[in-house]
Amino acid sequence: MMQFIHKYGSPRYYYQWSKGWQKWLSIITVVLLVIGLYQGFFVAPPDYQQGESYRIIFIHVPAAWMSMFVYMVMAFAGIMALVWRIKVAEIVVGECAILGASFTAMALITGMLWGKPMWGTYWVWDARLTSELVLLFLYFGVIALHGAFDDPRTGAKAASILAIVGVINIPIIKYSVEWWNTLHQPATVAKFDKPSMHISMLIPLLIMAVAFKTYFLSLLFMRSRSEVLAREKNASWVKEILKEQS
Amino acid sequence: MKEFFAMGGYAFFVWTSYAIVAFLMIANVVAARMKRKRIFREMQELAEES
Amino acid sequence: MLAIRRRRELANPLVFFVIVVSLFPLGVSPDKELLSQMAPGVIWVTALLATLMSMDVMFRSDYDDGSLEQLLLLPGPKVLLIGAKITAHWASIGLPLVVLAPIMSLLLYFPTHAIGSLVVTLLISTPILSLLGSVGVALTLSLRSGGILSSLLILPFYIPVLIFSTMAINASANSLPVSGYYALLGAFLIISALLIPFAVVAALRVSYN
Repeated sequence: MMQFIHKYGSPRYYYQWSKGWQKWLSIITVVLLVIGLYQGFFVAPPDYQQGESYRIIFIHVPAAWMSMFVYMVMAFAGIMALVWRIKVAEIVVGECAILGASFTAMALITGMLWGKPMWGTYWVWDARLTSELVLLFLYFGVIALHGAFDDPRTGAKAASILAIVGVINIPIIKYSVEWWNTLHQPATVAKFDKPSMHISMLIPLLIMAVAFKTYFLSLLFMRSRSEVLAREKNASWVKEILKEQS
Repeated sequence: MKEFFAMGGYAFFVWTSYAIVAFLMIANVVAARMKRKRIFREMQELAEES
Repeated sequence: MLAIRRRRELANPLVFFVIVVSLFPLGVSPDKELLSQMAPGVIWVTALLATLMSMDVMFRSDYDDGSLEQLLLLPGPKVLLIGAKITAHWASIGLPLVVLAPIMSLLLYFPTHAIGSLVVTLLISTPILSLLGSVGVALTLSLRSGGILSSLLILPFYIPVLIFSTMAINASANSLPVSGYYALLGAFLIISALLIPFAVVAALRVSYN
């Protein structure tokens, strides 16, 4: 197991094996996005309560799922970076923070735009929106701490610790926000029933969710591959790659 | 066609959402490519100096 | 001992607390009803900020003169040592806040029968604030402008404490049962006291690299 981790996490080998993954994941992402959007706009019927506005769900929910998923990936990479000192894992922590923050921003913005027709206001202190906002703050913290150090490795380790502390805290924060929300239920907000998803709506949603996941992975590979080169710029294998490129 | 873009009166919300998400997703890709180019350029300069 | 030497520095966050709380009636309105409703939130948010302001004192001078590094090199459990540091910090900031808060709550027309819950929540929760804050300080210790960054990192983690404390106080003001909140806050305190010193030691190691 350890051998496996060290082999796939060695910068040189990582650079080799991630190339193919990155390429195929990008292709799959484009294909899935096309299918998912087609299904979402042309196959799925309008919702009987929300009309056409519900179609925001096909990007809002996948982005919200990704915002959580990326944080977990980041914390897991943080553990690998701190416990086993895997260099590639250190890089993954920094790249995850940026990508995760952008997914969280997507979820928040689409949530607000969906909220206006549904709730009548752009912002409601609803449990899910609030925890998404807090999650964005957590990402900002990791990004700021990661960038604050002159030495990128120290920055990555500090960010890893923060990400791990954060991942323990996220369930507590989520739970507390939900509880707070049930007590302070704003009276003016018209609650709409959780729509029981019809299968023709569920399929595009799931396709889009997978597309967001492959999109994230391909970008993560892309960003971390260049970062690997930058960190290993004095290694001979990097110099060889450079010669081939020029 | 017109009906499709009208989104049952929710055009502004639906299309703004999709536009912003598309913008962010493309921006992420562009940023990743620029990062790659920048790193290659920096390393090339480093190699020329030495 | 160190804490006593830096008495003036430690008094500043407390003065900050008193001033900021008294700004709210000036900024919002001196309306009795409104202020008494806002009181738990105002006192709690200000207490959070005052604690954050004081966090830098915890390790700063020991870091600057190198004694912290030596302490980390000593044999034996570092976790206990860090725990002692955090306890000392709490005694010099959290405890005075517990004493000041009831007085300040009178300025906000907070109902006197609920002041007990204000004191209890502060008593249980201010140690959590010191504990969580110490992680932020330890991570940013080697940075020149670490203070503001550390606040930025830690504030989101304060949210559950803020929520449960103010909910307990509000419940008590409305004569509702509060023991559930106390139990939850107590559980937070125990868990963070057990786990956080380890995170602080790891963070200090990174700071020393």
